[in-house]
Amino acid sequence: MVQVKSLVKYFPIRGGILQRTVAQVKAVDDVSFNIKRGETLGLVGESGCGKTTVGRTLLRLIPATSGKVIFEGRDVFSLTGPDLKAIRRDMQIIFQDPYSSLDPRMPIGESVGEGLLVHGMRDSKKRNDIVMEMLKRVGLEDYHARRYPHEFSGGQRQRIGIARALALRPKFIVCDEPVSALDVSIQSQVLNLLKDLQREFGLTYLFIAHNLSVVEHISDRVGVMYLGKMVELTDRETLFRDPLHPYTKALLSAIPIPDPTIKRERIILQGEVPSPINPPSGCRFHPRCPVAIDRCKVDDPPFEELKPGHLVACHVAKQQVEEEKRLMA
Amino acid sequence: MSSVAPAAAKGARVAGKANAGSDRSDLMLDVQGLKTYFYTEDGVVKAVDGVDLKVKRGETVGIVGESGCGKSVTSLSIMRLVGAPGKIVEGRIIFDGTNLLELPEKEMTQIRGNRISMVFQQPTTCLNPVFKIGDQIAEVLNIHQSLGKEAGWKRAIELLRMVGIPEPQKRVHAYPHEISGGQAQRVMIAMALACAPELLIADEPTTALDVTIQAQILDLMRDLRDKTGTSIMLITHDLGVIAEMCERVVVMYAGQVVEEADVYTLFARPLHPYTQGLIGSIPVLGKVREHLDVIPGTVPNLLNPPPGCRFEPRCQACQGAARERCKVETPPLREVEPNHWVRCWMYEK
Repeated sequence: MVQVKSLVKYFPIRGGILQRTVAQVKAVDDVSFNIKRGETLGLVGESGCGKTTVGRTLLRLIPATSGKVIFEGRDVFSLTGPDLKAIRRDMQIIFQDPYSSLDPRMPIGESVGEGLLVHGMRDSKKRNDIVMEMLKRVGLEDYHARRYPHEFSGGQRQRIGIARALALRPKFIVCDEPVSALDVSIQSQVLNLLKDLQREFGLTYLFIAHNLSVVEHISDRVGVMYLGKMVELTDRETLFRDPLHPYTKALLSAIPIPDPTIKRERIILQGEVPSPINPPSGCRFHPRCPVAIDRCKVDDPPFEELKPGHLVACHVAKQQVEEEKRLMA
Repeated sequence: MSSVAPAAAKGARVAGKANAGSDRSDLMLDVQGLKTYFYTEDGVVKAVDGVDLKVKRGETVGIVGESGCGKSVTSLSIMRLVGAPGKIVEGRIIFDGTNLLELPEKEMTQIRGNRISMVFQQPTTCLNPVFKIGDQIAEVLNIHQSLGKEAGWKRAIELLRMVGIPEPQKRVHAYPHEISGGQAQRVMIAMALACAPELLIADEPTTALDVTIQAQILDLMRDLRDKTGTSIMLITHDLGVIAEMCERVVVMYAGQVVEEADVYTLFARPLHPYTQGLIGSIPVLGKVREHLDVIPGTVPNLLNPPPGCRFEPRCQACQGAARERCKVETPPLREVEPNHWVRCWMYEK
């Protein structure tokens, strides 16, 4: 359904009196993946790894530096005018912060219905019917439509954001950290709702989050990003049971498990994520990688399919997989 | 053990008081019936409403709960840092035998940052942006240990090395904006440990950090605890962090303690419906379920909390007649099995 090919997004840093570009933040650097119809692709990574930028560029909310996004056979970046408007109807987004993504001076019924108006539904009665239906579907009441955002709690606001995204009956929704601002008991309500709605409306999700447990819960396949690159992508079970990239392994072992009886061997990564302005040479993870070899310092590993349906960008993992194959043969 | 009627002992521990005197020596902190209210224009917000809490020497106690449950206000009350319109209206905070609430401000200043210190959630906002890191650590040492500037800076370098900051003799000259969030949290910990406190209160110390950095900080805290024997009160909303760090856990809801047990018991056999719901509602890595448990509704407004049990409007544990009592009467926190305390009428014998 969605094909992302070599997506690149650099943000220029301007300086000096002439405001010339002095450097570039390489937020997303050559990322490719596909999303199948009806599935949820999870995208995880730490802050600054470019996962949010991927979501926004592929919806064309910010222009890409280069690369291609194909949505149902159409090239999203080359569309203009009515074609672009039509495709925007099919692709929606749910934002992280339910506090700043709703207009504080607009009753929430209008916020939810605004997209319908933009897309040409002039009939206010019809619009109102859809708004009411959507509000009910996300667990709110009719009378809530006349209220303003400040009258709602964080969880309720996130429901409003979901209702707004759903009002246009999209096919594809980018969920950008939809539950990270919420308390755990509210988080589970919203996650369950997203799952139910997916089944009901046949939605496809790109689910962006930094919380791996949440991503594991909701996704069919998961992609892991590090410093603007995709480092591993495979189905959920394989990623969590048998990860190949050393970064994924470290990330998984760093998560505190809410069970005091489990004692695990923990991989603690040294140092911090380097700056995307001046990323390390070769493999971007090599300065923190516990298994890096000399080759990693100079040679950027390609993102390739090492096992069926399991894409990894790592020299060491590739050697290991090849070794395994030789032993098997 | 006790003959006090539950209604009269509302909000207080009913049993287990008899031996409180004998083990006082190994109690570092004993909070009794703490009430901290905020007098706002809209009315009185009962943010902390009758909290009892004990921390033994060398023990790590976790306080878990959602936003607005009063866990942070409890810690600020212990430090006596609650500002207007908030006020501690009732209770005792016994630290090593002294009631902190009766101390004059001058003596409290000698305890704060010296014998009890605190690490906050937002490390970058807690450091003063116009002073070098070294100055800020040396200031603590100057106030509490009368260390001069040179000696203070020397000690600051040692502390930075202890918390794992690379090249401490260089970093000590850095300003807060020059270091990352994870490093700033290390600096905060260095500052908190500067005077070798007997009690460290850590309020969501890793919430603002990425998971790999969180793992580093938790590792550091465990390491320092084992080396120094400091008691830790760890406040968090993350049950994973609790399971990993703590020996005993206190669960708070809407300004009250609803359950308290050792960490193994709490995760294996949670008794309060809120604790059960909380544990069931988090996705656990490696254990995929089709649906997560849900606690319906939202946290009550503490301006006007439910008259009976505060969890009653969201509780799914029982129906019908059994529920009537919950609606009108607040259950006391009682010891339903040895060292396992629960605030719920279901366990009334």
